[in-house]
Amino acid sequence: MDKTIADLAEAVAGVEDGATVMIGGFGGAGAPIELIHALIDRFRATGSPGRLTVINNNAGNGRIGIAAMIDEGMVAKMVCSFPRSSDPRAFTEKYLAGEIELELVPQGTLAERIRAGGAGIPAFFTPTGYGTELAAGKPIAEFEGRSYVQERWLKADVALIKAEMADHHGNLTYHKAARNFSPLMAMAARTTVVQARELVEAGTIDPERVVTPGIFVDCVVKVSEAAQEEALIRQGVEYA
Amino acid sequence: MKLTNAQIAWRAAQDIEDGAYVNLGIGFPEMVAQFQPSGRAAIFHTENGILNFGEAPAAGEEDWDLINAGKKAVTLKPGAAFFHHADSFAMVRGGHLDVAILGAYEVAETGDLANWSTGPKGVPAVGGAMDLVHGAKRVAVITDHVTKDGKPKLVKRCSLPLTGVGCVTRVYTSLAVIDIVNSQFVLREKLSALSFDELQQRTGAELLVEGDIGNLNVPEV
Repeated sequence: MDKTIADLAEAVAGVEDGATVMIGGFGGAGAPIELIHALIDRFRATGSPGRLTVINNNAGNGRIGIAAMIDEGMVAKMVCSFPRSSDPRAFTEKYLAGEIELELVPQGTLAERIRAGGAGIPAFFTPTGYGTELAAGKPIAEFEGRSYVQERWLKADVALIKAEMADHHGNLTYHKAARNFSPLMAMAARTTVVQARELVEAGTIDPERVVTPGIFVDCVVKVSEAAQEEALIRQGVEYA
Repeated sequence: MKLTNAQIAWRAAQDIEDGAYVNLGIGFPEMVAQFQPSGRAAIFHTENGILNFGEAPAAGEEDWDLINAGKKAVTLKPGAAFFHHADSFAMVRGGHLDVAILGAYEVAETGDLANWSTGPKGVPAVGGAMDLVHGAKRVAVITDHVTKDGKPKLVKRCSLPLTGVGCVTRVYTSLAVIDIVNSQFVLREKLSALSFDELQQRTGAELLVEGDIGNLNVPEV
C-alpha cells in the first residue's frame, strides 16, 4: 500500500466547485499552508474550485492561508467558532459586505460535530449553547433534569491536514498543539489529503505513537520545509 | 476605592486548590495563573489541546505550534499532555475540570452569563466560551463590579446575548466576592472601606447576607 503522491498540485486536484473543505489548524498551529496555497494556485490558473464551504476553527489571518482563499473569492461560507485573529481583514471585509456566509459554532460543538461526522453519528445532544441565540431553532431535550441542545454531524468532501510524520499507509503523528482539529477532520471527510513534514516507510512509526490511523487518510504529500502560518504572519508575508 | 485587575485575579487564585484542573478564559482571566499561592500548583487546560502548560517562553524562543487558546506562545511543565479538540472538550463538558474562570459583560443573579457578544454589530465570535460554562465543577467570573460608565455588571437579568444559563457559581469583583445560590447573589466578602449600602447601590440585584461578611483583603500585587 502506498498513499503518497508526488506533488501539491496533484494533492488538491480533486477539490470540486462548491465542495465542503475541512482545514486543520487552530490559528497558525496545524494550518496546512502549502496545501491551501496549492488550492489557490489552481483557482488562479483555472477559476476552480470556487464557492467553497470551509470548516476551520477560525476564518483566516493576514493575507495567507484561509485568509488568502477568502481574498481570492473562493469561499462562499465559513463554518467556524472564532472568525477573528490578529489581522482579520479578509473575512471581516467580505462578511460586512455580505459576500460571505458565516455559520458560527461553539468551539466544542464544532469539534464534536466533526467527530460525529467521522464516527457515523448523525446527531447528538450537548449542554453547550442551551438558552442562547446559537441554539435558536434546534431541538431541545431533557436528560436527568437538565436541558440539552441537539446538534448535527459535520462532514466534508475533502480535509486538508498538516502532519508531522506520515508513513506510506497514511498513519500520522502531529507536532505539539498543531494536532487540534486535524485527527477529527481526517475522520469526517470523504477524501483526506495530508501534507507531512516527514514521510517514512510503513513500520517506522511506533504503532503506540500513531495518532491518526491510516484508514482515515487517502493521500500524503511530503512538504519537508513546511511554513508555520503564525511565523509567516509575523514576517509580514502575503500570498498575493 | 476598588481592586485592580491583578488584585481581583489574586483573590480568585486563592480559591484554587493544589492539583486542581483549571481553564482560564482568554485575556484578563489568564492573570490568575500568576498568583497561585506558594506550595500549590494547578494544572492548566487550554481548549486547543494542552494540559499543564506554563508561562510564555522568552522572546525569540517561541514555538508557534505550542500556543494557548489566546494564540499566545506557552511552554510545557513536567507532566504535560497533548490531545485533540474532541478530547479537549470532553474534558470541559464531561465535568472533568475543577474550575473555569471567565470574564463577563454581565452576570445575572440566576447565574446566567453574558460574555461573548455585545449585540448584532460587527463579526460575531464565540470560541469556547459556551462550552466552558458547562461542565467545570465551579464556574467563576472575575470582573470589575461596574461598567466603565458606572452601570452594574451584576444584574437581575442579562440584557446582552447569553453565553450560558444558570452556570456561574461565584463572582470575584473589584469590590466584593459574591456567590450565586438558588438564583440569588449572596455576599461573602467586601472591601472594608465600602458600606453594605454603597455596595448594594452599585449592584443591579439584591445582595443577600448569610452570616458574617468577610473583609476582602488583597495585598498590593
